[in-house]
Amino acid sequence: MLESIDMSLVDWSRGQFALTAMFHWIFVPLTLGLSFIVAFMHTIYVRTGDEEWKKITKFWMKLFGINFAIGVATGIILEFEFGTNWSNYSWFVGDIFGAPLAIEGILAFFMESTFIAIMFFGWNKVSKRFHLTASWLTAFGANLSAVWILVANAWMQHPVGTVFNPETARNEMTSFWDVIFSEVAVNKFLHTISSSFLLASIFVIGVSAWFLLRKREILFAKRSTLIASVFGVITAIATIATGDTSARIVAREQPMKFAAMEALYEGQTHAPLVAIGAMRTDTTRLPNPRQDFIFKIEIPNALSYMVFLTPSGFIPGITDLVYGNEDEGFMSYEERIERGAVAIQTLKDLKKARDRGDDSTYEALVEKFHDPIWIDQYYQHFGYGYYKGRELKELIPNVKLNFYSFHVMVILGGHFLIFTIVALWLSLKNRWGNHKWLLWVALITIPMPWISSQAGWVLAELGRQPWVVYELMPTIAAVTRLKPGAVQLTFWIFLLTFTVLFIAEIRIMLSQIKKGPGGK
Amino acid sequence: MLKKILTFYSEGFRKMTWGRRLWGIILIKLFIMFAILRLFFFPDFLKRDFDSDEERADYVLEQLTNP
Repeated sequence: MLESIDMSLVDWSRGQFALTAMFHWIFVPLTLGLSFIVAFMHTIYVRTGDEEWKKITKFWMKLFGINFAIGVATGIILEFEFGTNWSNYSWFVGDIFGAPLAIEGILAFFMESTFIAIMFFGWNKVSKRFHLTASWLTAFGANLSAVWILVANAWMQHPVGTVFNPETARNEMTSFWDVIFSEVAVNKFLHTISSSFLLASIFVIGVSAWFLLRKREILFAKRSTLIASVFGVITAIATIATGDTSARIVAREQPMKFAAMEALYEGQTHAPLVAIGAMRTDTTRLPNPRQDFIFKIEIPNALSYMVFLTPSGFIPGITDLVYGNEDEGFMSYEERIERGAVAIQTLKDLKKARDRGDDSTYEALVEKFHDPIWIDQYYQHFGYGYYKGRELKELIPNVKLNFYSFHVMVILGGHFLIFTIVALWLSLKNRWGNHKWLLWVALITIPMPWISSQAGWVLAELGRQPWVVYELMPTIAAVTRLKPGAVQLTFWIFLLTFTVLFIAEIRIMLSQIKKGPGGK
Repeated sequence: MLKKILTFYSEGFRKMTWGRRLWGIILIKLFIMFAILRLFFFPDFLKRDFDSDEERADYVLEQLTNP
């Protein structure tokens, strides 16, 4: 099946979506995090009446506004792409994606646009308390709208609370609560939100460090750093804790991603965790090349312990998953492909029966898609059926990219924890700013949480390849059969537009930062 | 009440000196997105090419089973 699909169409469509999503994600985490930091600063101003806090609040509110304004609506492009480039997918996921996105749209429009206006224009126009409420509601509104898109993404990673309707070729929601409160969705939300708060904290500490280096606005910079470092320490701990939970969930629900992010080919108990390593492609194994380590430093037993809280836990490797491991209960991909092909053939027979008006056969085949035993034996492997006659290696994600994404994210996460603890400690002792080199570290650290956050998404999305909807729909079946040239054209248009917007964001931000909290 | 709200917004935008350039960028961005990209490059494929949900379902079923 799908032998004839033009892989350059799939690659360009994926590339275009990745470009749009990654660009959108430059703005989103800062909006999510900075909104709460601003609301907290605003609260201190209202409670103390101290004009310095008003100045601090207004400055960070301005940077929040710039980021929000340039970033707003960049996510809508993703929805355009669903309808044009991923029409099979859009139809297949049905209301599961539509409902959360519709709620997001309504919330974003009514909550954010209303309260952001009051937050910005409300100084001396509305009561202090109402103004403060608007700041908090803006923060909650921004974060609440993130819930829905993350729920939709979590469903793609771990489809629950739905049933496939073969008559309409759509998934239908059976339990809204199962979808929004799935373990994957809850943890994804907490990890994304906490890491976004951490990103904003580091942004505030870094920008404040620039003022301290220039010996400008010392009180403003020190107070900003104190607030941001409190946020930073709390959210760095929360990010690491939710990241740890996330790894355990991935090990259970997406074992191939877990094996790829550690480049683990042979499953084992007492599996070590690679702390750092560098890889090269072992071409002697063609046509099934592996990624081998040039060097690595391992922590013994840590991987097994991380997942099972005991070193004797078995972690399946890529080989166990592809070729199966009966002792550990892993079915081979060959077997899953056969079962998936049966499910696809059943759907095909169902359609034929309907087209020729054979109602009894049609009803019998529809019934299969409601039979839990048949679903468990065949439909659960539906997506694998598309790989009949294709190479097994297409079912393995890019190991090198997953490994590096995971390790960059984790190593930077460790840096952020230490950095924010140091910033908080010195701020509490009123010694933050005494060490010039630390201020430079703060300045250099500003882009790092963006790198870390993007690496996290690269791991989440590339690690689950080839699946758009996990194990049910691969990218090759999800894509609209367009001409690759049309997708390439829009890819370059986006790249150009996004680059211009990104440069505009940086320039406006820098000019406002240079003007400082007193600038107009 | 409505007049108060309108005045609130219009005064806010008028006094937003640092935001003028920003508003220009936002409007250009929205124009590119909705008036160019959406209209000419990103039609909703299934909505454009099929009239009813039955036809859309049939097409996707065909795609999924006879790729």
